[in-house]
Amino acid sequence: MVDGFVLGGEVWASRLIMGTGGVPSLTILREALIASGTQITTIAMRRVNPTTSGSIFDLLKELNIAPLPNTAGCYTAGEAILTAHLAREALATNWIKLEVIADDFTLMPDPIETITAATRLVTEGFVVLAYTNDDPVLASKLEAIGCAAVMPLGAPIGSGLGIRNPHNIQLMRERISAPIILDAGIGTASDAALAMELGCDGVLLASAVTRAEQPKLMAEAMKYAVLAGRRAYLAGRIPKRWHANASSPGRETPRLSKEALIDSVNAQEAHRESPLF
Amino acid sequence: MIVIMNGFEHEVTPNTNLADLVAKVSTAISGIAVAVNDEVVPRHSWSATALSSGARIEVLTAVQGG
Repeated sequence: MVDGFVLGGEVWASRLIMGTGGVPSLTILREALIASGTQITTIAMRRVNPTTSGSIFDLLKELNIAPLPNTAGCYTAGEAILTAHLAREALATNWIKLEVIADDFTLMPDPIETITAATRLVTEGFVVLAYTNDDPVLASKLEAIGCAAVMPLGAPIGSGLGIRNPHNIQLMRERISAPIILDAGIGTASDAALAMELGCDGVLLASAVTRAEQPKLMAEAMKYAVLAGRRAYLAGRIPKRWHANASSPGRETPRLSKEALIDSVNAQEAHRESPLF
Repeated sequence: MIVIMNGFEHEVTPNTNLADLVAKVSTAISGIAVAVNDEVVPRHSWSATALSSGARIEVLTAVQGG
């Protein structure tokens, strides 16, 4: 099935964006990235450490994965804008995952600083993927500014609590046409599948894989979860109903015993009398 | 004179340029970005950029994160 994901003017086969934080070694990260099938992966910008061996940037180049620098650790629009400029200089990309957090405890995005930074960076020609709360109103404003994608959290970063307010994500989907990438909170494969079933265009996750007991295996699970959830969304789920609805034909059922026939008639009558919602 | 690079003080001679200073912490030919007093200085300008006393220099690279 061809179901390309358009982001930043390019078409991507994979809808799973990986993060790289929390993994114990580049070897394990390498295995996990390959198993996930990802084509875009986030990295952070930090002071150089002359004693560090191995480079995440080189690993992504080797695996032909596009780097998505983030502004993690920034608390103000000014810091985030400078970090974006540095990332563009270092990595030769104008893509930026804009992440301006309010405090160290919740790691929740600061909406005011995010809007300020996004406005400036979009004007400067950056492809801005904005990390945001699960707020459909704020998402609409980020879309109006010209962000290439909005990235609502499902739950706080690293919490693994899944999608705490699926209704808001669904509402966001109904209100905006920019790509929505569920970011933060994914704990296991069913969370990623749910994000896609709700209509998200992609999922970004890190801890769920990098801190899993077996990162490579979880990365593979996430790949399939995103594919499955996306297909389910496109296929259109059946409506929920209170009562059973036989999938085998009810007509021409053989009369195998007198009692079975009576049970069947009683069940049908009981069903007719019960109120539908 | 003293400049501050990545939070540490460095004693440098007045004719030291930015390229000389960055070489103290990284010899990577790509993947590095430098800001002097909160302004990005492109790599091609490093050797032509003079340092002033007390300048704050940040030398950044990509690390695992996000």
